[in-house]
Amino acid sequence: MKYFGLKVHEAHKLIKDREISSEQLTKSIMDRIEDVEGIVHGYVTVTKEYALKKAREMDKKIAEGEEPGPLSGIPCAIKDNICTKDILTTCSSKILKNFKPPYSATVYQKLEEQGCIMIGKTNMDEFAMGSSTENSGFFTTRNPWDPARVPGGSSGGSSAVVAADEALFALGSDTGGSIRQPASFCGVVGFKPTYGRVSRYGLIAFASSLDQIGPITKDVRDCALILNAICGHDPMDSTSVSADVPDFTRFVDKDIKGIKLGVPKEYYTMQIDDSVKKETGEAVTNLANIGAEKVELEMPYTAYALPAYYLINPAEASSNLARYDGIRYGFTYEDAENLLEAYKKTRSSGFGPEVKRRIMLGTYALSSGYYEDYYLKAQKVRSLIARDFDQAFKNCDVIVTPTAPTVSFRTGEKIDDPLMMYLNDIFTVPVSMAGLPAVSIPCGFVNGLPVGLQIIGKPFDEGTIIKVASAFERMLALDKVKPLFGSYVRGGA
Amino acid sequence: MKFEPVIGLEIHVELLTNTKIFCGCSTTFGAEPNSQTCPVCLGLPGSRPVLNKRAVEFAIRAALALNCNIVDYTTFDRKNYFYADLPKGYQISQYFYPTGTNGYVDINVNGETKRIRIHQLHLEEDTGKLLHVGDILASPYSRVDFNRAGVPLVEIVTEPDIKNSEEARLFLQKLRTILLYTGISDCKMEEGSMRCDANISIMPKGSKTFGNKTELKNMNSFRSVQRGIEYEITRQSKILKSNQEVIPETRHWNESKGSTTAMRSKYLASDYRCFPDPNVIPLETDKDWIDQIREALPELPDEKQARFVKEYGLPEYDAEVLTSTKELADFYDETVTLFNEPKTVSNWFMGELMGLLNNEKVEITQCKVTPQNLANLLQLIDKGTISGKIAKNVFEEMFKDGKDPQAIVEEKGLIQISDTAELEKVVEEVVEANPGPVEDFKGGKKKALGFLVGQVMKTTKGKANPQMVNKILGDKLK
Amino acid sequence: MEITKGNVEHVAELARLEITEHEKDIFTEQLSNILDYVEMLNELDTKEVSPTSHVVPLVNVFREDEIKEVLKKDEALKNAPEKEDGYFKVPRVIE
Repeated sequence: MKYFGLKVHEAHKLIKDREISSEQLTKSIMDRIEDVEGIVHGYVTVTKEYALKKAREMDKKIAEGEEPGPLSGIPCAIKDNICTKDILTTCSSKILKNFKPPYSATVYQKLEEQGCIMIGKTNMDEFAMGSSTENSGFFTTRNPWDPARVPGGSSGGSSAVVAADEALFALGSDTGGSIRQPASFCGVVGFKPTYGRVSRYGLIAFASSLDQIGPITKDVRDCALILNAICGHDPMDSTSVSADVPDFTRFVDKDIKGIKLGVPKEYYTMQIDDSVKKETGEAVTNLANIGAEKVELEMPYTAYALPAYYLINPAEASSNLARYDGIRYGFTYEDAENLLEAYKKTRSSGFGPEVKRRIMLGTYALSSGYYEDYYLKAQKVRSLIARDFDQAFKNCDVIVTPTAPTVSFRTGEKIDDPLMMYLNDIFTVPVSMAGLPAVSIPCGFVNGLPVGLQIIGKPFDEGTIIKVASAFERMLALDKVKPLFGSYVRGGA
Repeated sequence: MKFEPVIGLEIHVELLTNTKIFCGCSTTFGAEPNSQTCPVCLGLPGSRPVLNKRAVEFAIRAALALNCNIVDYTTFDRKNYFYADLPKGYQISQYFYPTGTNGYVDINVNGETKRIRIHQLHLEEDTGKLLHVGDILASPYSRVDFNRAGVPLVEIVTEPDIKNSEEARLFLQKLRTILLYTGISDCKMEEGSMRCDANISIMPKGSKTFGNKTELKNMNSFRSVQRGIEYEITRQSKILKSNQEVIPETRHWNESKGSTTAMRSKYLASDYRCFPDPNVIPLETDKDWIDQIREALPELPDEKQARFVKEYGLPEYDAEVLTSTKELADFYDETVTLFNEPKTVSNWFMGELMGLLNNEKVEITQCKVTPQNLANLLQLIDKGTISGKIAKNVFEEMFKDGKDPQAIVEEKGLIQISDTAELEKVVEEVVEANPGPVEDFKGGKKKALGFLVGQVMKTTKGKANPQMVNKILGDKLK
Repeated sequence: MEITKGNVEHVAELARLEITEHEKDIFTEQLSNILDYVEMLNELDTKEVSPTSHVVPLVNVFREDEIKEVLKKDEALKNAPEKEDGYFKVPRVIE
């Protein structure tokens, strides 16, 4: 049976009504993986035995009378930079290719407690550095809409497996757009919560002042369900905030009359493909047609976000990745004569080129004589970007922009020019710099490839974002459109 | 050419918190290797630090005790470098805004007070322990124990106000006493909970330009610090005398050889690229919190010493000895409250009590004698119930068993004989038995009296009241 | 902003990365391009702007000084590439 095509809330209903079991659901996903994973390559590790065992345990509990919660027995995929106890967690890097953490990330613990069934760990750009998943130290993930193209990054694996129905939902992480941009490329919903909403304990750090974990789902309601499950204060993460977590499903299927949509002109005049501009422009018009109010905005510092980001993230990353020395875990170069050689050879063979590039750039930006001009300057510009948003939100409730300047591009097209690759993030990065919440939802197609619309909210106002996103989704019904695997796959779509 | 040494000290002190600075692992010394670790202090991927409130309070307490200004806003900053005992590849410290600045410690140098200024005091995390198999320069491999990684430290940096090795030693002793008073550390150099590095340079006497300095490490006791500094001063003097330049470098003190050797820079290029750690939330202190901590400080050594001199009329030297530890000072204070003769108590402390404590290697905190016991003993002497000499024996018993002096005196029948009639009888006996010394005394040899008194004491097994014996004998032999 | 090959070598050393001559050339060019790009930040006057060192508006986040045992000794050493008698083993320290 094709249960793999279900959404979380649909599957929940069936499980609750005892029409299907978690084991059936999980098996269906496993079959789907067998059919399409050879094309998608979204998973680094598939935890088949573990998943089936957990599914059976869940079914037993339900049979014994336990009332299933919204995520009970639901199969999910976890991005491979989120620690899962005793299960390989590699960050898609050679340097961690054998690493099994002795502890689990808080978010994973939360999902486990609520009965989720982890299907596997998904592929990503190495240490989350990239926008196409081509920087993975292992292999490249393919976009289910066109396997010759990239799924986006760095949560490319998570986005691809959700789009291909190889999991009912996934967790990704977002530093400069790593949930939103791949969600946009893969035609799924990707949500980055406000910085501090979701615990980062157990998320392998890339840039600590920017990283956030968030859901990647097939529709907005599912997204709200996952946010309910993972948001909340964690005493193990000093930067996690004690804000109230509302029931985010309350905001689904609501009227958006009178909601003010901020439309910053800068986002529509920067380097952006005309076709993407057209689709997203239409999206805004559509939203206005169902009652939202369009408000023109000026956000003069927008263009400066990306260069500032590309000083801050490498700086923090260069420090966060210093711990990979082969002493306590991970890959180690066996024949080193002395410690210095061990460091150099371990790190040089363990890290890929993009990681090395960023470590060097970051080291440079922090080094003596350059700290003020680079890192500190970037942090000041960051304050200006936050100010831009503060100002903007005085006149609107959410801000609507394209998620990415293009649709998915061909594998190998941008990999030789790092700067070109960085420009994928121009619309997502300002949001990260300000620590704001944002979602990417499918808003159309260009030549059969998905286009994403980004909806940005005020700090801790994920609810309004969900409201707008849900209304839009209802209107276009794009969640019903799936990639056609067609002739080259047994199972079909 | 006369040279003037310029010395600054950097002291690291491990805090006596139950847990590490950024995680809940125990800080107990001496546990099995790597048995007190967790994802945070091991630097496992994905772990995050959370600041220990007590560590912050201890740091503020120490800074206040050293007369520092307390910062009102501070970040915890990453100091990035690579070393095998540094799990994260960076140390979390306070680079930009140290907890305390512009403090001082006064030391007594040959009766004169000298002020050693404290440049700063800041909070940071300790590294793990690197153990070399064999000698550091020749070992084939090393072993690492991360139990110590993450233990909270305060680093105290002095201004280069110290002029010689003796001042350095005095400073360290004073610093240690002050910190022990605050209770933030047990300051045991032999266990590594207090460590000292020295920055040493010399310049021609009267010069205004500092010479090149060397950093000296691996001195594991106050004595080593002293010797190390002396060695360096000599070494540098020789270099300058032969018109060469002192190379600024880090040097390693070798205790057994009594010399220093240059260490290749551990960190190759020491560009620490410090920046505020995004994972650790900044600290803001306010007047109320600091006042609270200040009020909870005990009376510190200098204050206590001054009070002992003023209130008890003790000489400076006595006061200094009695305040050398908080526990000793408290014991003394309590005893004086019960027996209000400060000088007598002080004599007894510095003579009998500390003598026994040192000989038996007992700490005052483990001493079985209580202030009440001691006060009682002094009362007995004062009343004349026992002689001073007998009291010393009684005290030894008290020290062994913790018994009350009254009980011991009664048990052993040690009550002083002060009955004139009884004493006269004994004196008679002794005079009769010792005609020679009696003649000697009558002949002018004053010493002979002492001998006769001694005989009376012997006969009475020390219980005779010596003053009375002296008088009776003196009268009899006039 | 020009970054020289010397800078690249220095920075690689600081970061304990060993890169080939060929890589040095490529990285020098790529990093120069990126640094050229970030030059645009200098168009902004940030003299009166304070840096965002922390995104969340929190201060004084603490934990109590209570012992929590999280990892057993064997779990701590589980992933160690080289270990001996309960210690992590590393190659000799001084080169």
